[in-house]
Formats: sequence, structure tokens, C-alpha cells
Amino acid sequence: MSLKITNLHAGLPDREILKGLNLEVKPGEVHAIMGPNGSGKSTLSKVMAGHDDYAVTSGEVMLDDINLLELSVDARARAGLFLAFQYPHEIPGVSNANFLRAAKKARLPEGEEIDAIKFYKEMYARMDALEMDRSFTSRSVNEGFSGGEKKRNEILQLMMLEPKYAVLDETDSGLDIDALKIVARGVNAMRSPDRGFLLITHYQRLLDYIQPDFVHVLMDGKIVHSGGRELALELEAKGYDWLKEEELATA
Amino acid sequence: MVIENTDISGITADTTGNFTFPERNKYDSGFGITEKTVDYISDVKGDPDWIREFRKKALKIFLDKPMPTHWATKDLENIKFDEFRYYLSDGQKPKRSWDDVPEDVKKTFDRLGIPEQERKFLAGVEAQYDSEAAYSNIKAAVAEQGVIFVNSTEGLKEHPEIFRKWFGKVIPTGDNKFSALNSAVFSGGSFIYVPPGVKVKHPLQAYFRINSEQFGQFERTLIIADEGSEVMYMEGCTAPKFETATLHSAVVELVAMKGAKIQYVTVQNWSSNVFNLVTKRGIAHEDAVVKWIDCNIGSRLTMKYPGVIMKGKRARGEVISIALANSGQHQDTGAKMVHAADDTTSNVISKSISIGEGRSTYRGLVHIPKHLKGCKNNTECDALLINSKSRTDTYPAISVRGNQHATQHEASVSQVSADQIFYLMQRGLTEAEAMSLSVNGFINDLAKEFPMEYSVELKRLIDLEMEGSVG
Ligand SMILES: Nc1ncnc2c1ncn2[C@@H]1O[C@H](COP(=O)(O)OP(=O)(O)OP(=O)(O)O)[C@@H](O)[C@H]1O
Ligand SMILES: [Mg+2]
Repeated sequence: MSLKITNLHAGLPDREILKGLNLEVKPGEVHAIMGPNGSGKSTLSKVMAGHDDYAVTSGEVMLDDINLLELSVDARARAGLFLAFQYPHEIPGVSNANFLRAAKKARLPEGEEIDAIKFYKEMYARMDALEMDRSFTSRSVNEGFSGGEKKRNEILQLMMLEPKYAVLDETDSGLDIDALKIVARGVNAMRSPDRGFLLITHYQRLLDYIQPDFVHVLMDGKIVHSGGRELALELEAKGYDWLKEEELATA
Repeated sequence: MVIENTDISGITADTTGNFTFPERNKYDSGFGITEKTVDYISDVKGDPDWIREFRKKALKIFLDKPMPTHWATKDLENIKFDEFRYYLSDGQKPKRSWDDVPEDVKKTFDRLGIPEQERKFLAGVEAQYDSEAAYSNIKAAVAEQGVIFVNSTEGLKEHPEIFRKWFGKVIPTGDNKFSALNSAVFSGGSFIYVPPGVKVKHPLQAYFRINSEQFGQFERTLIIADEGSEVMYMEGCTAPKFETATLHSAVVELVAMKGAKIQYVTVQNWSSNVFNLVTKRGIAHEDAVVKWIDCNIGSRLTMKYPGVIMKGKRARGEVISIALANSGQHQDTGAKMVHAADDTTSNVISKSISIGEGRSTYRGLVHIPKHLKGCKNNTECDALLINSKSRTDTYPAISVRGNQHATQHEASVSQVSADQIFYLMQRGLTEAEAMSLSVNGFINDLAKEFPMEYSVELKRLIDLEMEGSVG
């Protein structure tokens, strides 16, 4: 059981972005991915989720024993993959509550309905945990939300949908210190022996609040270095250049 | 074509309407339209002479008038008038009880959910099957208030003093080629009269069902709300999908006397072989309100521009419309607001959705003459495109003379981007559900204008369209 990426090659029709990436996230683990701008972190998350801008040329992505690459975007999501977007989309006219309800309903067997009272109770509890005002239930999804509010809303969705594996793409960027703590608390509350996390981030600071079990460095479409929590501190201090040199040396 | 014989018990309404029963017509006018056709219809219906003459004059105008292809779509040229039948009926009078309605017809309306809706929230129902009403009933309490709700034939025969005064006055026969066509061969539709001061609490509903192939339906509706009265009328329509074209060309005239209010709600879900060419207009006298709430889903081509002539001071006209054009469909809709008195107000809100190769066109006309003062118009038209092949055009024409008026016009075009669909699908929604949610979001503020039962219905129709569009 794990979210397992094996030798993944993927990219745009005319340009390979992921160049043989290997990574395994087991339930209960939190992995962090760091890496320079443009190295392919968001691409990795979108390829896993099935965005059709990208084509997979070889390799495998397995969610437990399900071959994700064979599934449509929605089937991957229902299989248990959640992606907190770096840039969450706005959905005009669709209230947050209706959206969450539709997403939850999509996970029920055909014809079954959401228990509305239970749903609102759960949503309010989750929103309270994220210190989100109740007015966000009736506002259109992400429309007019500040950058930080959007990120919080992503975590609200994560909490409501309870995926097996969650990929968080730069959820910390755009958050002020207090919001960062609140979001981290939300994520930590969702940590469980049954759930794996992949955090994409540029900053060690997030990892102070959500302590990862492993830290990986993604450069030029590959994981070039892996370590424990201390690697994040080292990267913060030294940047990425030393890894480039290291890679050159081993090449 | 599949002939349905299923038991309807437990079936939820089939709002696609894509099913049909064998024809059992006692009266069939045959193919094509000539003076003979008109005589045939007049004979079968036992028209008074003035109606027969009215029809014949109209026929001449229809035949003389060219197709309006100088401004409208060339697809109109594909209407082969010789390939339709203009009158089909089983020769029975409309029944007051569903138990008396012929079995196939009853099954049809059961399946469309009409008797159920009638029990739940309607003050009266008229159910038209091809050319004639099969069922027509008004709740006793409403009839006791003096409200008349019958089909047009009965209206012109039983209530000539009111009928004749207004019939053809709001929309003259020669208004356009299709109003002339309707005037020549009209059959069915509703005649409603609401006496002064009577406020009809629940909506009256008509349902127009086409069952037969190569057929044209030409209902004619006239609603008169006398001083200070109020009424809401709702119409629904469906037809099976045939290989050949079906024609639907209605004329609807509304008259709101001083201080009266008429709301006319349409939820049409025509199959994609229907040419739907409808003329709808209302007159609002002093302090009266005429409001069109118009929802156009389906059809091959819909041309419909509900209008209000604000004839009395402080009259108000409104058109709220939603049009959804899927691949192979063209929704050419809009509104016509004619200000003819001081301090009149009009409001047009139009939202169109184009999917796949679907095409939407908005045509608006707002006319405020120079000699008036204190008139207001607000026009908003928003288009939503789902995928780049869709097409939308806007032709607003606002002719405002004089400077004592306030007009406001806004238009927008937005896209449901691939990334928006991706975002929704990443949360587990299928592509169809994602599109449906996006569309429902787009029309959200307008859907609230519909009575509850109809906004639920509207949402369901959109879901069905989206399922169809992703295949
Ligand atoms: N759809 C796309 N069209 C064009 N270029 C793309 C597309 N997606 C990714 N790229 C390019 O691929 C590279 C990797 O992009 P990606 O967004 O994965 O980087 P990232 O590691 O997430 O960067 P950041 O830290 O800035 O978020 C970049 O050079 C980017 O411009
Ligand atoms: Mg990124």
C-alpha cells in the first residue's frame, strides 16, 4: 500500500519535464518536495491528477493497487487522490457549500443522497478548525477570495473529502504567519496512519509546523537528493547549487 | 421509432420527452399548406366565419412574406413547408379528468410528470397533444373566482366578447412570417381571463406535447389580466427526436390591464430536430407588469424575442431569459421593449450558454421615443462558452431618443476553461457534472426567478444536456 511513482517520464508534446522520477509515499508518512522554480513540482502534481496538458511517455503511478494513469481525472480523485492547487480556480455562481456537497455526493453510490444536517455539521466543524468565517459557505468557490483564503479553502476541501493521499502544492505561499499555523494545524489534524501526504514547498518554515518524515529535492524533473527533516534546513542555508554540482560530479 | 408500452408506475418524469406513441388521428390535414388546409382546419374545428376569414387573410400574408434571412439564419431555408402536416387530432374534446383521457396520451403526460405537478402545486392544467388539448382543468376554487382557463377554440366560441377584443391585437398577423403562419393554422393554446382584483395564487400551466412525425404545432395563447389582477402561467414543451424536422410556431399575446401583473414562465426542452419559431408579446397598461421568464433548452433553431409594450404610465416590462445551445443547436433569442408612456421601466437579463458547436445569438431592441420622459431600461446579456468551437453573437439595438431617460447596458462573455473543469474533476465530479455545476453557477441568480419546482426541473434539464454533450 502506497502512492508509488516509478520512473515517470512526462511533459508537454514538445518538451519533457519529468525525466524519470521515482517516489513512494506510504500511508502515515509525510514527504516534502523542495526544488528550484520550474523544476517540475507542479507538473508532477498535475500529471498524477491527470491534467491533459501533459502526456506520460513512460513510467507508472500506482495508488495502492490502482494504476492511476489508466483512470480519468475524476476517477483518480474518487480513488483517493487529492490535490491542493498552487493556484485554486474560481467557480463563479457556485457556492462553496454546494460545491463541497457535489464533491461528497460524487463519492456516494449512485442514487444515494447526502444527509444535509450531518453535512453542514461537519462543514461547520471543519471551518471552525480552520478559523473560516461562516460566510464562506455561501460565497462562490474562491471568487474574490484573498490568496490566503483560497489556500485555506483548499484545506477545507481536503478535510471534507478525506482522501487517502494528498498532494499540497505550495499551500504555504501567500499565507501570513497566523494563517500558516492554522493551515498546518488543519493538515496535522488530518495526519493519520491511513493517509499519506506530499507537500510541495519552497520554505523550511512550513516544515516547522508540519514535520515531514522525508524531504526530497526535485531538480530538472528528477529527485536528485533525499533525506530527513534536517535536509530542509540544509537547503535553506545552502540553496540548491551544491546539489547541481553534486549531480554533475556523479554524472 | 420505439413504441413505448411500459407501465409508468414509479417512473420519474422523463423530461427529455424522447418517446412516442403510434398515431391515432381521426383528423389529419395532410402534407403542405394551402387554402384547402385552412378550410379543413376551420371545418374540423367548426370555426365561426370571422375566424375562417382571419385565417385566410393570414395565409395570404404568410405565403407572400419572404423568409427573414436578410437578418436571420439561412437555416430557415431548410424548412420545407410541404413536408409538414398542419393539423392532427383524434377528434375528442379535452377531458376534465385524467381518467377519461385516452390511454396513450395519459401515459405520455404521466411520464412527463404533469398530473403529479397538478396535484402538487398548480391551479389548473391544460395538456395539448399535437393539435388539440387532451386534458384541461381548473381547480374549482379558482374557477369560482371567475377565472377562465380554456383552450383557444373554446375561448373564441364561448367568450367572444373578451376574446375578439384582444385576439390578434397585441401581435398583428403580419408581424412576421411565422406569426402569419400561426394565424392561418392555429389550434390549441390557452385562453385565460382573470377578473379585476383576482390574484391567482398558484400557477396555471400548459404543456405542449408533440407526438407525431412531420408535424407542425401552432398553439395560440391569449391571456388577459383585468385591472389589479395577478396570474402566473407556465408552459412546458417536449417532442420526440425524429429523423425529420418538426415545426413549432406559437403566438402568445398578453394583456395586463391597469395595475395587473402577468408572469409567463417557459421551460422548453425541444428535441434537436425542432424548428421553434415563436412570437410572444405583452401589453402593459398603467402600473401593470408583464414579465417573461423564458428558458430555452434544445431545438435545432429557436427564434424568440419576447416583448413588452409599455402602454400606460409606470408600466413595467421584464424579460429574464436563459438559453442553452448544444452542438447542432442555435438559440436565437432576445427581447423587445417598447416604451410608449412616461416613467415606464424595462429590464432585460439574458444569459446564454453555448456548448460544443452550439450557437447562441442575442437580439435586443429597446425603443424609447423622444416625447417621453422618465423611462428606464436595464439590459444585461451574458454569454458563457464551453469549449472554443462555440459561438455567440450579440446584437443589441437601443434606440433612445431624448435625454430624460436612464438606460444601462452591460454585456459579458466568459469561458468555462479547461482548468476550471480540471479543478472540479479533481474533486471527484465527472466531466458532465463539472460542466453542469459550472452552467448552474452561471445562471444561478436567474434560476432564483423561477418557481421552486421549475428551478429544480431546470437544473435537471441542464444535467441531462451536459451528460449528452460529453457522450
Ligand atoms: N502547460 C504548460 N505549458 C507550458 N509550459 C509548461 C506547462 N506546464 C509546465 N511548464 C513548464 O515546465 C516547467 C516546470 O513547471 P512547474 O510548474 O512544474 O514548475 P514548479 O517546479 O512547480 O515551479 P514553481 O516552484 O515556480 O512553482 C516550467 O519551465 C514551466 O514553464
Ligand atoms: Mg509550482
